Amino acid sequence: MEAIQKSAEGVTDEMALVLAAKKGDLEAFSQLVTRYDRNIFRIAQHITHNEEDAQDVVQEAFLKAYTNLAQFQGNSKFYTWLVRIAVNEALMKLRRRRSDKTVSIDEDVETEDGSMPREVADWSPNPEQLYGQSELGDILKKTIQGLPPGFRTVFVLRDVEGLSTEETAEMLQLSVPAVKSRLLRARLQLRERLAKYFKSKRGGDGQK
Amino acid sequence: MKCTEFLVELTDYLDGNIASTVRVELEEHLQWCHDCEVVLNTTKQTIEIYRNNQLYELPENLRSRLHAAIMTRCKNSKPVKKPSR
Repeated sequence: MEAIQKSAEGVTDEMALVLAAKKGDLEAFSQLVTRYDRNIFRIAQHITHNEEDAQDVVQEAFLKAYTNLAQFQGNSKFYTWLVRIAVNEALMKLRRRRSDKTVSIDEDVETEDGSMPREVADWSPNPEQLYGQSELGDILKKTIQGLPPGFRTVFVLRDVEGLSTEETAEMLQLSVPAVKSRLLRARLQLRERLAKYFKSKRGGDGQK
Repeated sequence: MKCTEFLVELTDYLDGNIASTVRVELEEHLQWCHDCEVVLNTTKQTIEIYRNNQLYELPENLRSRLHAAIMTRCKNSKPVKKPSR
């Protein structure tokens, strides 16, 4: 996973690029694209589950960021602002693909909670080694796709991309407690769903 | 501490973002509650598995094409000068 520049120097450098891009310096903006395109693509893929849509999201998000740079005040980091644009674009794509028009970050608040642990068997010592790389990838994709969009978006930003709770809250325009509650439920639901692939077979129904 | 109370604190505990008094209570609970211990360990593994296996890497050839398309569209676009709202 490539790390996002977090050092003070990185941030200053980023602000210099943003300021130059604001004045129309395309080369500076091109450097910002290179810095973040992989992250935006991953986030978009996780939300849309569709490569074509994810490609569109990457293009639209950067284009929107560029044309609206005048509105970026520098109160947050450029990346935070960019992810917010990308998440909105991705949710719009998802809404168009699904007949369900209500896809939003808030949609899960009132849903029945499927997070109470039911499966409490230990997992194999090395669950990742039970499957080949591509089979494991399919399991992980299928499992995360089963989560409501609001949950998986929070999980991806916090646990896959490694952003802080505060940054995630700002990106999704949610409160910190709302992010924490979604993160907890996302983690528990993923755990529950992965258990059927990874739980230890010792003494269980996997014998013989 | 009950299991439901343990679960409420699970995310902060995993993130190491918890008051030491609560941590002590959680760890006490873990000493006798095997189910919560399993939930804790397998939740930790869940996060690690997703962190270790990046599912959607951007292939370099696609990356170059996207980059070129973005820059062409930016070149042909007109920056929005004023906030729209």
